[in-house]
Amino acid sequence: MAIRVFLTLLLFLSSAILSFSLYEDQAGLTDWHQRYIGKVKHAVFHTQKTGRKRVIVSTEENVVASLDLRHGEIFWRHVLGTKDAIDGVGIALGKYVITLSSEGSTLRAWNLPDGQMVWETSLHSAQHSKSLLSVPINLKVDKDYPIIVFGGGYLHAVSAIDGEVLWKKDFTAEGFEVQRVLQPPGSSIIYVLGFINFSEAVVYQIDSKSGEVVAEKSMMFPGGFSGEISSVSSDKVVVLDSTRSILVTIGFIDGDISFQKTPISDLVEDSGKAEILSALLSNMLAVKVNKRTLFVKVGGEGKLEVVDSLSDETAMSDSLPVADDQEAFASVHHEGSKIHLMVKLVNELDNVLLRETIQMDQHRGRVHKVFMNNYIRTDRSNGFRALIVMEDHSLLLLQQGAIVWSREEGLASVTDVTTAELPLGKDGVSVAKVEHTLFEWLKGHVLKLKGSLLLASPEDVVAIQELRVKSSGKNKLTRDHNGFRKLILALTRPGKLFALHTGDGRIVWSMLLKSPSNSQACERPNGISLYQWQVPHHHAMDENPSVLVVGKCGSDSSAPGVLSFVDVYTGKEISSSDIGHSVVQVMPLPFTDSTEQRLHLIADTVGHVHLYPKTSEALSIFQREFQNVYWYTVEADDGIIRGHVMKGSCSSETADEYCFTTRELWTVVFPSESEKIISTLTRKPNEVVHTQAKVNSDQDLLYKYVSRNLLFVATVSPKGAGEIGSVTPEESSLVVYLIDTITGRILHRLSHQGCQGPVHAVFSENWVVYHYFNLRAHKYEVTVVEIYDQSRAENKNVWKLILGKHNLTAPITSYSRPEVFTKSQSYFFAQSVKTIAVTSTAKGITSKQLLIGTIGDQILALDKRFVDPRRTLNPSQAEKEEGIIPLTDTLPIIPQAYITHSHKVEGLRGIVTAPSKLESTTHVFAYGVDLFYTRLAPSKTYDSLTDDFSYALLLITIVALVAAIYITWVLSEKKELSEKWR
Amino acid sequence: MAKLTLLFFLSFLIFSSSIAFQSDELLVDDDEFGLEGAKPRSTDLYTSSSSSPQQQQQTPTIRRRYSDPTDLDSKVQFTLEHAFGDSDFSPAGTFSARLKTWSHGGKTLTKLRFSRNDFSAEEKDTFKNLLKGDDFYRIRLPSNVVSPPGREFVIASVRARCLPRDGLDEHFIIHMEGANILAVSYGSPGACQYPRQLKLPAKWSFNSHTILKSSEQAPRTPIFTEEILGSENVEGEVEPPPERSFWAKYWMYLIPLGLVVMNAVTQASNMAEEPAGGQAGGAQVQPAARRR
Repeated sequence: MAIRVFLTLLLFLSSAILSFSLYEDQAGLTDWHQRYIGKVKHAVFHTQKTGRKRVIVSTEENVVASLDLRHGEIFWRHVLGTKDAIDGVGIALGKYVITLSSEGSTLRAWNLPDGQMVWETSLHSAQHSKSLLSVPINLKVDKDYPIIVFGGGYLHAVSAIDGEVLWKKDFTAEGFEVQRVLQPPGSSIIYVLGFINFSEAVVYQIDSKSGEVVAEKSMMFPGGFSGEISSVSSDKVVVLDSTRSILVTIGFIDGDISFQKTPISDLVEDSGKAEILSALLSNMLAVKVNKRTLFVKVGGEGKLEVVDSLSDETAMSDSLPVADDQEAFASVHHEGSKIHLMVKLVNELDNVLLRETIQMDQHRGRVHKVFMNNYIRTDRSNGFRALIVMEDHSLLLLQQGAIVWSREEGLASVTDVTTAELPLGKDGVSVAKVEHTLFEWLKGHVLKLKGSLLLASPEDVVAIQELRVKSSGKNKLTRDHNGFRKLILALTRPGKLFALHTGDGRIVWSMLLKSPSNSQACERPNGISLYQWQVPHHHAMDENPSVLVVGKCGSDSSAPGVLSFVDVYTGKEISSSDIGHSVVQVMPLPFTDSTEQRLHLIADTVGHVHLYPKTSEALSIFQREFQNVYWYTVEADDGIIRGHVMKGSCSSETADEYCFTTRELWTVVFPSESEKIISTLTRKPNEVVHTQAKVNSDQDLLYKYVSRNLLFVATVSPKGAGEIGSVTPEESSLVVYLIDTITGRILHRLSHQGCQGPVHAVFSENWVVYHYFNLRAHKYEVTVVEIYDQSRAENKNVWKLILGKHNLTAPITSYSRPEVFTKSQSYFFAQSVKTIAVTSTAKGITSKQLLIGTIGDQILALDKRFVDPRRTLNPSQAEKEEGIIPLTDTLPIIPQAYITHSHKVEGLRGIVTAPSKLESTTHVFAYGVDLFYTRLAPSKTYDSLTDDFSYALLLITIVALVAAIYITWVLSEKKELSEKWR
Repeated sequence: MAKLTLLFFLSFLIFSSSIAFQSDELLVDDDEFGLEGAKPRSTDLYTSSSSSPQQQQQTPTIRRRYSDPTDLDSKVQFTLEHAFGDSDFSPAGTFSARLKTWSHGGKTLTKLRFSRNDFSAEEKDTFKNLLKGDDFYRIRLPSNVVSPPGREFVIASVRARCLPRDGLDEHFIIHMEGANILAVSYGSPGACQYPRQLKLPAKWSFNSHTILKSSEQAPRTPIFTEEILGSENVEGEVEPPPERSFWAKYWMYLIPLGLVVMNAVTQASNMAEEPAGGQAGGAQVQPAARRR
């Protein structure tokens, strides 16, 4: 009997251990989080004490961070707001990191060891101007160490100790822009050099104690300056004139300004547009002319003299004092797949202190920036290390002829993301091979059992965690049965394509976009967007899938485009082409050719549409559907949306048979005085809708209006397009539209009075959820709009369906007058939102969750049931059973619903979801400065056992049961025997 | 007196209806209330069927509303233009309406009349060609009715084969924002079968339906005070959810419990039997031993 009781207990236990939410020990099992900083703009090394091991960097993503020089890890990091661009960074008092941001209006000090903010000062700024941060090393004023800051027309001296403004000098009236602050050693007078309208050089001598102008000298320069400047000594700078052909040495010894012009043609024969490379070299200047780098020595009287020249492009560092009053600088240049790092003394260019050659990955591009640092070697000689920033934004540390560490900072600026399958695994990989031995396997399961029965010791818990990560096989490079292992393809701003593994986020391969023609005009195209080009699943199974990367040469909209086709499995570029026309819009068509290449249309600025791939087969497929291809353009600045249809080949103008002309079918013209387009959105083209109908609680049917051709448009009054709170509720209104993009019909139009953007929206199936600000209620609001089809509403009768008297199979055409109705409901939402996405699953059966990227850079998963327009204050019993939640005025924010749990995806910009093969599960990838990935199961994993499921427990139960049966059988046999013997 | 109240009530009705709800402004509404002594119309009011010059003249001239003397009404006219396929646009009809200027500065268009020009013989031929080629019949309206064409024309198109029925059936939905036309939806009033069959109209006259639409106001987000929530809670307490049966709630505990009990009972009965049997056996054995 005791055995039976135990068994029933066991049975209970095995069925009761089912966990649905994330526990502490489950963090990091399926999700990963990577921290980045972005492309480095400035780097400051610290030379004393513990700071030796660190470098302070500020980046284009507005991050200030302290990195470990030994391993490249982030000690601390602060992501400033998107509008808070960092202008300068420096170290003061040996313990504070000073950053100047927001065009010179915010000055902050951070504690060097731990990154705590020490003080923050907002500086008065009256106008937009260049800003400048200068942290004088030896300047001391009454126990205080002033920091000289210029920005917004004012020159400030700020105390480094507490951030107090010591004095302020107004330069707004003259339009004076400070270029350099120089401080002769051993004097309290600082020299402030600047330009007025880039045509007059002015030098102020300012007393650093009081801010009073001691002396002022100015001199007109009729040619005008270009703004590029290089300091060569404490009393001399070299600037480039506006034609970029004359170097002007400005000397201001003893309060006298002197100009000395030297045409570049005097220095080198083949003159051209010059560029000053170095910002700070002592008595030396590096100028780039015609891809050649010239080293120009600046003589005592401002005389320029070429001392050296390098034929290749070179990146230069600032000069750095080394021992014996000498200064050294580093230069890096390319030679094939190698880079050469040279450290030379400024005064003796022949004396090369260091010459290192390093093999460099071709996919990093060229060197953009070099920052040099010296250290004392173990043999007391000078050692040098260099921090280099590459073209793909990666950051590398070079020391002793090797790459000590590298950081792929390009991933901080992801522009487009798509997912791809991994290759199929080879057959014949047995379980034993994966799990080593049976004993190990059993041990693992016993450990798990211990864990689930709460008997595990802390060491066991660690072992279990390790085992879980290892045994899940999530890092393998093959496709798995559940579709959990995938590649995330991320295109970054510098034009590099990365393939990340969903298991642990490692980079499987990366590829830098190259210009196909290697022309002068387009050295490196920048990536725009990413499309699935070839996904073989029925035909052409032996072909590898590939993606299409659309890039552009140059920044303006009419710049010629570049297409690149990349093999997903290997990361190799299959082919690339210079398409010779601009790219305005890329439209994947719902047709594929016999090799499963998807047909794409690319619209250019002229109004022509080009078909890709350029094969006759694609052309014949396209010709068949020619009549039914429509597209639309949104001219957000003009407030016009236009619909187009294919007209014919543009062979009359060009010989290109893959080029087509279009004609305008419809226009929607928003009145410019009252509406301005701020957001447009369509459904994801590959979204799967499982059911077209929705059953009400009263057994009524609602047919969803599921159309791929719906466009959501949000407009606000032009006044209300600014920041929140800049207008009164009466002045601003928000109007949302649902427009059919084939006929231009407006299917839904709703205006929200007293509301304002920015609008963040998500469109899925037959509903749109959008987020905006309500000025009257002073709250953010979320509105849901669901659109239903009434033309099929009569198909409710079962008999009609059986007898075939229904119109469900009739083709749907946009030219029929749509009989639709919409349902809508609004709720308050307590948070500001950065982006919204929705989960997507393989078959669309699983209920949906909204993924809301909040202002705190976290992702909140909100059930779609909370934004259901059928919610009422008091739902009936039947409605409750259907899962309708009683209506509340505010959407709940449940702390456990943050799928990022303790992480922050700093600078969150987008969320991408992709289905896995398992219906219940969806991949979620969020990008910003950081990357975050996790798997979500919005309706729990109803179609698979959880990872925690204890197979051992099940096995033991079965074994125990069998044993119990056997024992009881033996016992009963014995008993029967004894009875018979009786 | 009673008449006056009624009049007042009526005018109030008109006024309030046009402020609060401005969508679906059909021709019917105004004619029912506003036009005193207007000639009874034989035609369907929101269907100005194939145009004739007389009808165009019939359109009432400016008439001051007695209901709201502060209104400034002005008559506006704007033309409908059409194009066949890629041809240029040419006039095809005239819309005339009243532009009401409200005291708060807003403008609304009311009493829309439409007179459609019939196809000329030449146009008929072109239209037939359109039908054969399944090409587009395009129309356009100015984007501003006060100063046409405004910023740009508002264009709409339909496959020509969708229009012919008995006559040529067309349906306009004009989306307005003040005096601006935002967009026009144009097509057949009902369904357009796909694949589209080539069918020539029996009558070459237009049967037009026109609807003016302006934007709907979103309902205010309901704000529930604590009170309501509280009362709801109280209500929830007062009205407990219907009890599920005892069995439905606890079956998962009851079945194993029953099993255990049954087991225990059988065991107990066995136990009860066994000692009795044992004793009996013992009693039997002992004598047997004695017998030895």
